[in-house]
Amino acid sequence: MEWEIVIGLETHAQLSTASKIFSDSSTQFGAEPNTQANEVDMALPGSLPVLNKGAVERAIQFGLAVGAHVAPRSVFARKNYFYPDLPKNYQISQFEIPVVQGGSLTFFVDGVEKTVNLTRAHLEEDAGKSLHEHYTGPHGESSTGIDLNRAGTPLLEIVSEPEMRSAAEAVAYARALHSLVVWLGICDGNMQEGSFRIDANVSVRPKGQAEFGTRSEVKNVNSFRFLERAILFEARRQIELIEDGGTVVQETRLYDADRDETRSMRSKEDAHDYRYFPDPDLPPLVIAPEWVQQVRAAMPELPAQKRARFEQELGLGAYDAAQLTMARANADYFESVAAALPAGQAKLAANWVLGELSAALNRDEIDIGLCPVRPERLAALILRITDGTISNKIARDVFAAMWSGEHGGDPDAIIDARGLKQISDSGAIAAMVDEVIAAHPAIVAEYHAGKQKAFNSLVGQVMKAAKGKANPQQVNDLLKEKLG
Amino acid sequence: MSSRLPLHTEFDSIAALRAAMAERRVSAREVAASALAAAQARSDLNAFLHIDPELTLAQADETDRQLAAGAPAAGAPAAMPLAGIPIAHKDVFVTRGWRSTAASKMLADYASPFDATVVARLRQAGAVSLGKLNCDEFAMGSGNENSAFGPVLNPWDASAVPGGSSGGSAAAVAAGLVVAATGTDTGGSVRQPAALCGVSGIKPTYGTVSRYGMIAYGSSLDQAGPIARHARDLLELLDPMSGFDPRDSTSLERCDGALNAPGRIGADFAASLRSQEAAGSQPLKGLRIGVPREFFGAGLAADVASAVESALQVFESLGAVRVDISLPRTEFSIPAYYVIALAEASSNLSRYDGVRYGHRAARYGDLAEMTSRSRTEGFGPEVLRRIMVGTYVLSHGYYDAYYLQAQRVRRMIVNDFQQAYAHRCDVIMGPVTPGVAKQIGDNRDDPTADWLADIYTLGVSLAGLPAMSVPCGFGGGGRPLPVGLQIIGNYFTEGRLLALADRYQQATDWHQRKPEQQ
Repeated sequence: MEWEIVIGLETHAQLSTASKIFSDSSTQFGAEPNTQANEVDMALPGSLPVLNKGAVERAIQFGLAVGAHVAPRSVFARKNYFYPDLPKNYQISQFEIPVVQGGSLTFFVDGVEKTVNLTRAHLEEDAGKSLHEHYTGPHGESSTGIDLNRAGTPLLEIVSEPEMRSAAEAVAYARALHSLVVWLGICDGNMQEGSFRIDANVSVRPKGQAEFGTRSEVKNVNSFRFLERAILFEARRQIELIEDGGTVVQETRLYDADRDETRSMRSKEDAHDYRYFPDPDLPPLVIAPEWVQQVRAAMPELPAQKRARFEQELGLGAYDAAQLTMARANADYFESVAAALPAGQAKLAANWVLGELSAALNRDEIDIGLCPVRPERLAALILRITDGTISNKIARDVFAAMWSGEHGGDPDAIIDARGLKQISDSGAIAAMVDEVIAAHPAIVAEYHAGKQKAFNSLVGQVMKAAKGKANPQQVNDLLKEKLG
Repeated sequence: MSSRLPLHTEFDSIAALRAAMAERRVSAREVAASALAAAQARSDLNAFLHIDPELTLAQADETDRQLAAGAPAAGAPAAMPLAGIPIAHKDVFVTRGWRSTAASKMLADYASPFDATVVARLRQAGAVSLGKLNCDEFAMGSGNENSAFGPVLNPWDASAVPGGSSGGSAAAVAAGLVVAATGTDTGGSVRQPAALCGVSGIKPTYGTVSRYGMIAYGSSLDQAGPIARHARDLLELLDPMSGFDPRDSTSLERCDGALNAPGRIGADFAASLRSQEAAGSQPLKGLRIGVPREFFGAGLAADVASAVESALQVFESLGAVRVDISLPRTEFSIPAYYVIALAEASSNLSRYDGVRYGHRAARYGDLAEMTSRSRTEGFGPEVLRRIMVGTYVLSHGYYDAYYLQAQRVRRMIVNDFQQAYAHRCDVIMGPVTPGVAKQIGDNRDDPTADWLADIYTLGVSLAGLPAMSVPCGFGGGGRPLPVGLQIIGNYFTEGRLLALADRYQQATDWHQRKPEQQ
């Protein structure tokens, strides 16, 4: 039987506010335990939450960026459950009426455009952390510690519709979402520090079946690579289970990266009854149209807008435009290169940024913000190709030299110092062509016998004689002419 | 037992005591020391949970220094209207210095690192605190019998309850230990003990006084209010303790256009007095008093009914007219209140888990058991009962039938009051309680009997309206026990209510009656 995988993702993006969502404690990562927790975060008797407007603004930005409905009135609710690192033993979240409703995200999977609809995005507070390992109590005994520094950190939980059909699609969605929140500046995107956490709802069904299968929720997936592996494992597990005559049960499963497997955390039967109800300490969140307008006015150009502009104004293809707008820093870099070139050469700039430059960045694991080749230098290099000074092939060597900082990374200095200027003097090329024809009569004979390969071989010989610097078009033309 | 009366009882109002202190006839320290001595002498009442003379005297000394330094030039009495006035706080307000227990074993040793906004504001106004007052555990109760630290006795009859949950506050004022006290009212917890102890109390409009630092019971209902002998003293406390607080998201920035800030209620009170005076011999001429027929049904005791009737006649003699009104959902206010308050309470009290502070069980197997044992040991039976009911009504499958239904009833009750004020009357009056104070232990076999006795106070709480209780007579079989008159206003009419009560108290002397020491 052929199976189809159905995936929906729930993503917790930590919002980049300086203080917590309901208190004025700092959200800085990495402080000594419990140094960033005040009476509200510790849920001391008599403390009350006050909503951080910065968190709301970031939610509005996200809503606008995904084309969602920003609710004029949304409601904070209490999600009640006991856990030692949840100080109030309820989490303030949004339940029935979230602040962001609907919206969609468009991205490419293997060059094919895909749009996934969003269900909602809501504001909530994070819990603290239980320190089980390497923690000893005041008397040296093995114990569990609680660090409340993270308690009350603002989160935006972004819920997708179950519209992804492969692990690759899920990863592409997650990457696009990640790049969007980082682009907007509403989340730092640091997955190691837990700023962007993904849970995957996975189910399988026979291809062609309309109803969804029973899903499991896979938690603790803290990288894109693990997301892919967790989904692949979980889908395979479910398929094998069904094919062996079993049934999938609705449950929460934990992904274990070391063993590359998921295992059951809790089943639906022992799921919590969260007893949601509107939080009486917080009035409904009212967002006036003027507030939305203010946020909209202060927002950066969105990836989708930029993409459209790259296609329409700069003549890029849809794929290149999409690739370049995956991250704001990439797009900015590309725009700087294109701006330093004459009109009509944006495509070449895109090729270089997506090709040679991206490859070098990936190879050396360097962030584009720290790229050793400045955009105007890359533009200067591209100009040397278009004005015929060097060939594309030579340009790659020059780029490598620029990358390693040779001659201060100045392409002209490198071309001069290495003597890489293209030979476009037809006299000099003609002389070399004559020499090659004279030296290789056998190949010439093959050419005349109709073998195209022989021609390429002769071109190669000329280029070899020219140390690669001969203008390839001229070499071709002259060879054809002289061979008759 | 020493029967020394505290110095402040020689003055019949805060204004008189303030004047004496401004003229340096008495010092804040002398007043505080004598009040402390009296409070300790009346430890039999069990009104106080924590007294710390050093803390109290330090506050008094600071106030004396401020009075000496600033009084003549800057007009300090205006800036510190309560300079040197001895008060005390219900132990659901957290305080630095004094323990903050909510009368629960759960918080028996809890020390708050901050002061409740109400506590800070009253101190800023110069009031000197005698300490923390007993109450029902987490403000859950109507007789003060649910305190983990024993019941409070009614100063009028040591075998009777003082009411609750602010029982210690009402008893301390009635016994003359303090001039005034703070209380909290979720379903009647200021009005009912004030009535049963023969003193005055006011619960202001929800949102006018900050809840920051008030240990939460039912957050959408909880509201702080003062208890004192008479309306003028209530005003002295309520005005400075009210006002918008950025740390409480449910506190209001504005009250019908006026800024929610100290001074608002005082200004309204003064304006109401002026218009009363302008009316001459019939100061309340034109005032329509709505008397809800549902408040005078079968459950009302005859002695309470007759005292309330006499009070209404006094208002009529002052020019007011009586209007028969209906609050048809009165009966439903009981289930609606107990669903909403207990739902909120079940969640509010979740934080007491033994993890970060408060009682932790000595022995447990794992984290879950630590929490459940700590809670079972730390909470008293009434608190456990209310948490269980609240948890139940929020449970999956029951939420719509209980919580949502209760919210619908709540909106209807709000509407009933608004209909009355829009078409029939200016204020509403009736009894506070169906009967006078019960004997301690009366409801031991039926723990929810008290719930039904809250019938006249719950609707007001659900609607968030301001209401007060003023002494209006006595009833009871053996020793005389006080009866309270409830005066209910429309939103933000605290100043007007206090002015009405003041007019009544100029015409009567019930508020001046004091219990003989037993």
